[in-house]
Amino acid sequence: MNLKKMAAAGLSVVVLAGLAGCGGSQDKAAADKKAGSDLSGKVTASGSSALLPLAKDAAAKFKAENPNVSLTLNAGGSGTGLKQVSEGSVDIGMSDVFAEEKLPAEKAKELVDHKVCVITMAPIVNKDVGATVKSLTKAQLQDIFTAKVTNWKDVGGPDEPIVLVTRPSTSGTRALFTKFAMDGKEEASNKSLETDDSGTLIQSISQTKGAIGYVALSYLVNNKDVATIAIDGVEPTLENTYNGKYPVWGYEHMYTKGEPKGAVKAFLDYIVSDKYAGELEKQGYAVTSKMTVQR
Amino acid sequence: MDTSRQQNMFRREYLGKGIATICGLFLIVLTIAIGCFLLGKGSLTFTQFDHSIAEFLFSSEWKPSDTEAGGGQVGALIFIVGSILTCALALLISVPFSLCTAIFMTKISPALGEKIIRPAVEIFVGIPSVVYGWVGLVVLVPLIKTVFNVPHGQSVLAAAIVLAVMIYPTITSVSADAIRSVNNKYIEGAYGLGSTRWQMLYKVLLPAASTGILTAIVLGLARAFGEALAVSMVIGKMRAFPESLLDPTNNLTSAIASDMGGAMDGGEFNAALWSMALLLFIISLIFILIIHALSGRKEEAA
Repeated sequence: MNLKKMAAAGLSVVVLAGLAGCGGSQDKAAADKKAGSDLSGKVTASGSSALLPLAKDAAAKFKAENPNVSLTLNAGGSGTGLKQVSEGSVDIGMSDVFAEEKLPAEKAKELVDHKVCVITMAPIVNKDVGATVKSLTKAQLQDIFTAKVTNWKDVGGPDEPIVLVTRPSTSGTRALFTKFAMDGKEEASNKSLETDDSGTLIQSISQTKGAIGYVALSYLVNNKDVATIAIDGVEPTLENTYNGKYPVWGYEHMYTKGEPKGAVKAFLDYIVSDKYAGELEKQGYAVTSKMTVQR
Repeated sequence: MDTSRQQNMFRREYLGKGIATICGLFLIVLTIAIGCFLLGKGSLTFTQFDHSIAEFLFSSEWKPSDTEAGGGQVGALIFIVGSILTCALALLISVPFSLCTAIFMTKISPALGEKIIRPAVEIFVGIPSVVYGWVGLVVLVPLIKTVFNVPHGQSVLAAAIVLAVMIYPTITSVSADAIRSVNNKYIEGAYGLGSTRWQMLYKVLLPAASTGILTAIVLGLARAFGEALAVSMVIGKMRAFPESLLDPTNNLTSAIASDMGGAMDGGEFNAALWSMALLLFIISLIFILIIHALSGRKEEAA
């Protein structure tokens, strides 16, 4: 009995100490607040996994300036993000595609689109192919991804079978590539290896001879293991995206239900601010306001 | 004082029992809840989106629409065939090895079996599936690529080998238990009638332990069917029927895992994936029922 009491007493001391510790850190946060802004509130977002790394980076820097705002970001896919923001369960729905493509028209109408950045998709190949094939025409690219052309020698490369590596059909990256590089033609799913994420895709391309796939430029910033392919002689770069020469790009959207207010608005403003634009480009995303072409 | 002692007695007697009962009931409720949830989610494909069960099971046209309007095709035959094929092949590879190991460690060299093989097999069980998948991707896939001279090593064969390694410890340890529990009088009887050790093993021991061994195989099969991560890393996930063992294909679990993150909640694609999950649930339920039927037979025999 005594032992139990002692244990209980000991436990409560620990709990109390823990509570006190929490209190302490709250005081500290309050002190930090004075140095930063008085903006406070909660921001919740979910959706596109392609946009998530950027959103997280922006959230960390935003929080440094506005310590009283709490941000919760989740992946889950573009569709889930759109659905949740439309239902009101999150403040921001992150999406690779326009809301109209996923949601019924009357629900999409309630959402306000914030085009936070532009993402550029580049075809990538294994280096052995990249040594001879530098550029493909759009028609060649489509023939390759629809498996009409199955050997690299038919498009000026080495005599090697073409190995297609793609993304799942629900992927936003794939949706963009299908729309603007394939002109809507479906990839030959029965001839291609599928990978769950862009990181794995780059790895399998770099390890498989004759492999071709596609990723967002943001994945290629620090990557030297694979070679990019120009489309119709136009290199996939941010510059060519800005001047409209390179066709395979799309907006990354952050949707809100109605006009954003308070902390949500501040966060969205922060991502598209000039201050953050440099960070965007450093990570391989294009800045929306610099685009000379619109979609 | 008296009342507090009575309370203490009450606590001692009923508290533990109560907690045990609550936990037990909770588990039953949880299982039923998961079943109902899967049934509710998985049947949407057939109720809300108007697909027939026959289309889902026997068509290979897989193109669900990721919208609430629906209108795509949900034929999951390629995935179902992929699952069955890889698991069958895995069993084919694994069962002979497992049985031999089980016999060796119980009857041929029990000392070695107890000291080395059993702990080794137990270690196998504890290795997380992502490790198996990774090793498969880094070692097995390039090996198949060079040995058979194919453009990519991701294949039915790679998936089957990885699965075989994963289910090998399950089958081995359960069948070893079955062999151990065979009554000694059968073995002595066999020797008494003048059989050699191999005749005893082959004609008496294995038949006597057969229900236990079958249970082991079904358990292994159930694990193989439900394994997602390791298989998805080496199967290649190509949506086509494999023409040879070296072709990539896809299976149920990998297909769910790769698209569940992107398919919109409430859309047709999502519903089709839930239907596949329901199918997996039903398959594992059938396996469990088979195991129960087998163990019932075993009790009757004993």
